[in-house]
Amino acid sequence: MGFIGDQVESIRSMQVRQVLSQIISLGMIVTSALIIWKGLMVATGSESPVVVVLSGSMEPGFKRGDILFLTMSNEPIRTGEIVVFNIDGREIPIVHRVIKVHERQESAEVDILTKGDNNFGDDRLLYAQGQLWLQKHHIMGRAVGYLPYVGWVTIVMTEKPIIKYLLIGALGLLVITSKE
Amino acid sequence: MHSWTQRLLAAATTAALLLAATCAAASALDAFHVPSVEAQAHVTKINQFRKQLNGNDKVTLTFNISAKLESLFTWNTKQVFVFVTAEYENSKNSLNQVSLWDRIIPDKDHANVQVEVKSKYPLIDQGTSLRGKKVQLVLHWHIMPNAGRMMRGKMPLSEFNLPDTYTS
Repeated sequence: MGFIGDQVESIRSMQVRQVLSQIISLGMIVTSALIIWKGLMVATGSESPVVVVLSGSMEPGFKRGDILFLTMSNEPIRTGEIVVFNIDGREIPIVHRVIKVHERQESAEVDILTKGDNNFGDDRLLYAQGQLWLQKHHIMGRAVGYLPYVGWVTIVMTEKPIIKYLLIGALGLLVITSKE
Repeated sequence: MHSWTQRLLAAATTAALLLAATCAAASALDAFHVPSVEAQAHVTKINQFRKQLNGNDKVTLTFNISAKLESLFTWNTKQVFVFVTAEYENSKNSLNQVSLWDRIIPDKDHANVQVEVKSKYPLIDQGTSLRGKKVQLVLHWHIMPNAGRMMRGKMPLSEFNLPDTYTS
């Protein structure tokens, strides 16, 4: 009786330890991803350091599914730079090129006009009604780095959520079932 | 023994790391590349110079550009976006930078630009400071890589004076 009880006890404690270590390794994966993302935010100064191109308005330079790395510094914005900006009342930020800059004498406030390389006209039609210029506060960051295709992963996952859940499930299963 | 999932994970990680290293190396190499651009541009005609109904000066003009941009291309260059701006200072703004014309150059074979063009975008002031104003033409380029860091450069070209009166 005592012998069997010891065995059961030892197996139980083994399993508890294993479950605990699996929970910890899962936590490590999640937190390290978070650390990388937040670290990038600090390093680049942009609230979203990586964006995925969703439209073809910058073709042939950027295609849908490419990713851009953004930075946000105090360096003044100049024509030719590709910026990511938010428009009031629009959920999705836009990635377009600056074609006009007017910078004030004293305040260094700036008026910016953008255009997609592949669009015929400038972006005033995309701006909020009556808005002629972008100001500094609309700008989320400027594109400094480029990587093709990688963003398709997120596009597929947002458009076909079932794939996302399958992937998360498979990864979770992998973590839980893997030993050592 | 290693399970197939571990092998797969190791292969994927190595592939991702190698790709990242290649991109970093490509960008680093590009940083050492010093292009030598030769370019000229001259305004040949002021087509129209008037005050818009909203009170801003507006100019459309014709200019010729000659630019040898072959040296901007490296093995990691996907395209070069080249454009000409008009730049000037006035009492309101310390910098006015207005694109007049741009072009996407897909490869080295198209990098010798010799054209006379009408301004694709009009030169519109924020106000009415353009009469008699001296304006600088500047050539800019923005290099898009196949992967890695994007680069910019510019070169001041010529200056021109706008007339003292509006054209009819």
